[in-house]
Amino acid sequence: MSVARSHRRATDDPAWTKAVIIGVVMLFLALVLVLPLVAVFVEALRKGAGAALAAITNPDALAAVKLTLLTAVIAVPFNAVFGLCAAWAIAKHDFPGKAFLITLIDLPFSVSPVVAGLIYVLVFGLQGWFGEWLLDHDLKIIFAVPGIVLATIFVTFPFVARELIPLMQEQGTSEEEAAVSMGAGGLTTFWRVTAPNVRWGLLYGVLLCNARAMGEFGAVSVVSGHIRGLTNTMPLHVEILYNEYDFVGAFAVAALLCLLAVVTLVLKTALEVAQPGVRGRGGH
Amino acid sequence: MGVTLTILSLIVLIPLTAVALKAAHQSPEAFWAAAFNDRSLAAYRLTFGAAFVAAAVNGVFGVLTAWALVRYEFPGKTIVNALVDLPFALPTAVAGIALATLYAPKGWVGQFLTPLGIKAAYNPIGVVIALTFIGLPFVVRTIEPVLRDAAEDVEEAAASLGADRLQTIARVVLPALAPAWLTGFAMAFARGVGEYGSVIFIAGNMPYKSEIAPLLIIIQLEQFEYERAATIAVVMLAVSFTMLLVINAIQVWSRRFD
Repeated sequence: MSVARSHRRATDDPAWTKAVIIGVVMLFLALVLVLPLVAVFVEALRKGAGAALAAITNPDALAAVKLTLLTAVIAVPFNAVFGLCAAWAIAKHDFPGKAFLITLIDLPFSVSPVVAGLIYVLVFGLQGWFGEWLLDHDLKIIFAVPGIVLATIFVTFPFVARELIPLMQEQGTSEEEAAVSMGAGGLTTFWRVTAPNVRWGLLYGVLLCNARAMGEFGAVSVVSGHIRGLTNTMPLHVEILYNEYDFVGAFAVAALLCLLAVVTLVLKTALEVAQPGVRGRGGH
Repeated sequence: MGVTLTILSLIVLIPLTAVALKAAHQSPEAFWAAAFNDRSLAAYRLTFGAAFVAAAVNGVFGVLTAWALVRYEFPGKTIVNALVDLPFALPTAVAGIALATLYAPKGWVGQFLTPLGIKAAYNPIGVVIALTFIGLPFVVRTIEPVLRDAAEDVEEAAASLGADRLQTIARVVLPALAPAWLTGFAMAFARGVGEYGSVIFIAGNMPYKSEIAPLLIIIQLEQFEYERAATIAVVMLAVSFTMLLVINAIQVWSRRFD
C-alpha cells in the first residue's frame, strides 16, 4: 500500500513535530517528577544502606510508621463506607439540591489542609467549643491521635464518593429495580447488586484515599502537637529529622513513603489496564 | 441519605462554621487588621501569584503531555502515564524536601542556576517550583478525556477544507479544549493556593518575601492568636469557594457545546 504510506492522515502530525513534543514532554516530566523521586533515594543512601536502615528502625521512626498505619486503617474504611452511602444516595435517588450536595462533598478538596487542621483546633482545642468539656472528662483530641484521624478523614473525605458517584449514575437503577421487584429488600439489593457492580471503582477510590491518608502533612501538622514517638506520623517525622539536619534519616523515612507512592501508582495502573471503566473519573 | 448528611455535617460543615464564628468573634477593625496587614497582604500576593504562575506553566506543559499521551505512541508510554499521577500519590512533605535539596544553591539543579544569578530555593521561585509539581496532574487529567473524545473527523474536515495543521490546531482543536483547560488551570490554581507541605521546605519562609498564607495561619496558631488565624483562614476559604464556583461555572458553560 505505497499510496497509503506516502499520504499520512490529516490528523497525524509530521514526524519532527512528534519528536519535538515527546522530547519536550519527557524532559519536563524528568525534571519535575523523576528527578525528585531519584533524589530521595540517593540522599537516603548517601551514607550507605546501614545508616538508612538504622534511621527507619529507630524507635521513633517505628512509632511514626505505626501511627500512620493506624490512621489509615481508621480513616480509609470510614471514608469508603461514607463514599458508598453518599454515592448510593446521590446516584440512585432523585431529590432537589443534588448538585449542591455533590459540591459540598467535594469541598475538602478545595480547602487548604492547614485550614482543615485549624477547624478541629477551633472545635476541640482547649480554647474551642468543647475544650473545657473535654478537659473535664480527661479526653484529648487535639495534640492526640483522635485529632490526627479526624483531620485525615477530612482531607480524604471526597476520594471514594467522587469515584463512585459517576460510576453508579452511569449504571442507572434498572438492576436494582429488578432485584426489588423479585422481592429483595433495600439492604440485600445494596449488598448483592449495587456494591458488587462498583467494586473496582471502590478499590480505585480506596487506593487514592489511602495514599493521601498516609501522606497527609499540613492538616495533621496543625493538630498533632509533634510529640515524638506519640503523635508523629511518618510525614511529620520526616519534617522533624530534616529540620534537625539529619538528612539521611529524613530521606530514609521519605524513601519508605516514596515506595508507598510507587506501589500505589503500580496498582492504580494495573487496575486501569484490567478495568478500563474505572479510569480517569476522580480528577481531584 | 440521612447518614450521608449527618456525616457530612459532623465532619465538614459544622467544623467549617467554627472558623467563620471565630473570625466574627472580634471587631470589624480587628478583623480588617488581621486580614489585610502588610505581612498578610505580602503572603497573599506570593500565594496567589505563585499558584497562578505554576498553573500557567502546567497549562502549557500539561496540554503537551496530554496531547502526547492521547495522540502518540512511544516507548515507555505506560510508565509516563503512571508517573503523571505521582504528585497525587507522593506525600507533599517528601516532595518538599526533595525539591529543596535539588534546587538548593549546591543541589543537582541549583548548582547550574547559581552561576546564572538565579536563586531558586528559599525564594519565591522555589514556591513556584513546588506548586508546579503539585498541580501538573490536575491539568493533564482534565484535558486528557476531552482530547480522547474529541472527534478527529472534525480535524480531518478542517484539513480537507484546506486548513494547514497549525490552523487546524489553533482554530479547531484548542477552542474545543478551552473549557477543560480552564477547569484544569483553576483546579491546579486552587490546590496551589492551599498547598503547604511541599512549599515550606523550599520557600525559606521569610516574612514579606517568601512566606505563604497557610504558613501565616500556623504562625498565628503557635502564638495562640486563634482569632487572627481564623481570619486568614476565612480569607482563604472565601477564595476557595470562589474558585469552586468558577470551576462549576466553567463546567456549566462548557456543556453548552454538547
